[in-house]
Amino acid sequence: MKKLKIGDLEKIRDKVRRTAVLRQGKARAKVTVHMGTCGIAAGAREILSSLLEDIRKKKLDDVIVTTSGCAGLCSREPMATIEVTGKPPVKYVDLTTEKMRKILNQHIIKGTIVNEYALAVGSERTH
Amino acid sequence: MEDLSLHILDIIENSLAAEATDIEVQVEERITENILIIKIKDNGKGMDKETLVNVLDPFYTTKTTRAVGLGLSMLAQASKEADGSFDIKSKPGEGTDITAQFVYNHIDRKPLGNMAETIAACLASLGPGTDLRYRHSRNNNEFLFDTKEIRKILSDVEINNVEIISFLKKHLEEGLIEISEKE
Repeated sequence: MKKLKIGDLEKIRDKVRRTAVLRQGKARAKVTVHMGTCGIAAGAREILSSLLEDIRKKKLDDVIVTTSGCAGLCSREPMATIEVTGKPPVKYVDLTTEKMRKILNQHIIKGTIVNEYALAVGSERTH
Repeated sequence: MEDLSLHILDIIENSLAAEATDIEVQVEERITENILIIKIKDNGKGMDKETLVNVLDPFYTTKTTRAVGLGLSMLAQASKEADGSFDIKSKPGEGTDITAQFVYNHIDRKPLGNMAETIAACLASLGPGTDLRYRHSRNNNEFLFDTKEIRKILSDVEINNVEIISFLKKHLEEGLIEISEKE
């Protein structure tokens, strides 16, 4: 059976700890990828994976990524909600990995909403 | 849903929504017996008898955001299409136990898909009080992934950190390749 490389995991843990101390627990933004049945069927998992990889490559250790259930707008999935700290949440619809990448670069990093992919500003109920 | 790993992700999301603190996912590829078994068990809030009776009805859901509940019914349908079976047991306050069985080489059996990506996606949703145990066997070879064990090493660092998820996804990919190459 494949053994976990504990030494490697410990190294990453220590690195994560150091960067967490540097940013003093403050997050730049939170991304919620909608992961209901509809979202998953429409490609939400691929969007989440690609987003996590882009965040890692760009070393954006102050961006939190999480998931939620269906928001009730199944026909517009995949969807994600971006909450830049101190700003109202923005909901993006009909996502692809390319659109998500543009949202990461333009909205999360530079703070400018990508209007052509945005549905609305505000929160929703999930689960 | 294109493959079974997406169905599994969907069911795990149900477990998380049901406030489970322990989720067990088991995939058994019994190729010599021509059977594929998927089991997902949680200790979430469970379902009462009425909900359980209706759970495979696509037009039944406990969710308030929409009127259909396709997740479980689609997995049941996928197993039926591959000459398999589907079983669900649940008790309020105790949790839910799902078993889907498939004829392994059935022409209509959906491919298993990317299990490493499914488990890695779940890690992003995993709250600090929730653990996931994933056991994948292929004939006599087995791969085991247990967030409880990983958290012991991580200590105060959260498992849903992007760097940690990326490392664990690679570990999952390598582990699953290893059990398929051993044959």
